[in-house]
Amino acid sequence: MARISASVYTSHVPAIGAALDLGKSGEPYWQPLFRGYEFSKQWIREHQPDVIFLVYNDHATAFSLELIPTFAIGTAAEFLVADEGWGPRPVPKGIGHPELASHIAQSVIQDDFDLTIVNKMDVDHGLTVPLSLMYGQPQAWPCTVIPFAVGVVQYPVPSGRRCFMLGQAVRKAIESFDQPLNVQIWGTGGMSHQLQGPRAGLINKEFDNRFLDRLIADPAGLASVPHIDYVREAGSEGIELVMWLIARGAMADVNGGKPPRVVHRFYHVPASNTAVGHLILEDQA
Amino acid sequence: MALDKPYLDVPGTTIFDAEQSRKGYWLNQFCMSLMKAENRTRFKANQRAYLDEWAMTEDQKQAVLARDLNRCIALGGNIYFLAKIGATDGKSFQQMAGSMTGMSEEEYRNMMVSGGRSVEGNRYTWEKQ
Repeated sequence: MARISASVYTSHVPAIGAALDLGKSGEPYWQPLFRGYEFSKQWIREHQPDVIFLVYNDHATAFSLELIPTFAIGTAAEFLVADEGWGPRPVPKGIGHPELASHIAQSVIQDDFDLTIVNKMDVDHGLTVPLSLMYGQPQAWPCTVIPFAVGVVQYPVPSGRRCFMLGQAVRKAIESFDQPLNVQIWGTGGMSHQLQGPRAGLINKEFDNRFLDRLIADPAGLASVPHIDYVREAGSEGIELVMWLIARGAMADVNGGKPPRVVHRFYHVPASNTAVGHLILEDQA
Repeated sequence: MALDKPYLDVPGTTIFDAEQSRKGYWLNQFCMSLMKAENRTRFKANQRAYLDEWAMTEDQKQAVLARDLNRCIALGGNIYFLAKIGATDGKSFQQMAGSMTGMSEEEYRNMMVSGGRSVEGNRYTWEKQ
């Protein structure tokens, strides 16, 4: 049977992708950020999954205002890298896992989460920057990826509680897939940032670090935090953090097992307009 | 009964909700068109003519021509859509965000490097005076 072995959390700031693509990662501005991912690159070489279930959001790339899904699962065989206005990032396309993705869609919809099933979708920095941070610049990504896009551009975004419950349904779906696959679930976006209006540039280190503490030790309590707290405390775009709760909800302890092991935690300000947070949690056998 | 909108008292912040989205539909769809290289070329060649192809209001067109992002947002624009204009102009996301704050590019960058804008005094509109 398939199993979830670990969850990875990271911001997906587009400027990080640009820094890598333009060969700027060694510059003093970027060095402290990339240092925080050196452990992670080593770790993932030693814990290579077969599939990454990658929770992210589309930034007006695949989804314009013509169609605004709250939860969209990518069931295609491949996902091309989008041109977001600067030309496509020079990174490999994503190779999907249509069988597992369709299985998850069927299971999760039967558990009352109304997913949108997407058979054709280009992916933007929300998906490619986390892969770049964890894998660097390979010719091809070393595993398959199931993109899971959450609608956080137009308000209201799904609640933290609903995201957390969705993670539980995703775990159940993965564990009922009849192939011996090692699956990681990644939650991306955040941390505190605001990209618009006179309040742009907001950063809240205290909120972010408390979010990380609670994500580890009190995820159910954290899931009850209302939208307005994210907006007020972590900025209008800080609300992306609800996506981390999907990944956290898929861990063993939420589903009757042992608490995860914290293998890595990192926090840095700034990357462009944003506070960067990163966490790796391993499920214990 | 009116919907509860607890975010209206957050200073310097416009939440892109269903009402804003409805107002900004064509403005945002115009922005979306700039994801195609050939449209970026056509827009840059004659901005006014390109804007006139869209069912946008005159205010929205003027705000785009002036690159007044705060005004674009007030008129229903969303920052992720508006970012396509910035990309067309060769601006970074930091330059775009900074342009909405009344700070110079350098001041904004320095603020971010020194830890960003504090939330203290920035939670409620009534705190600022």
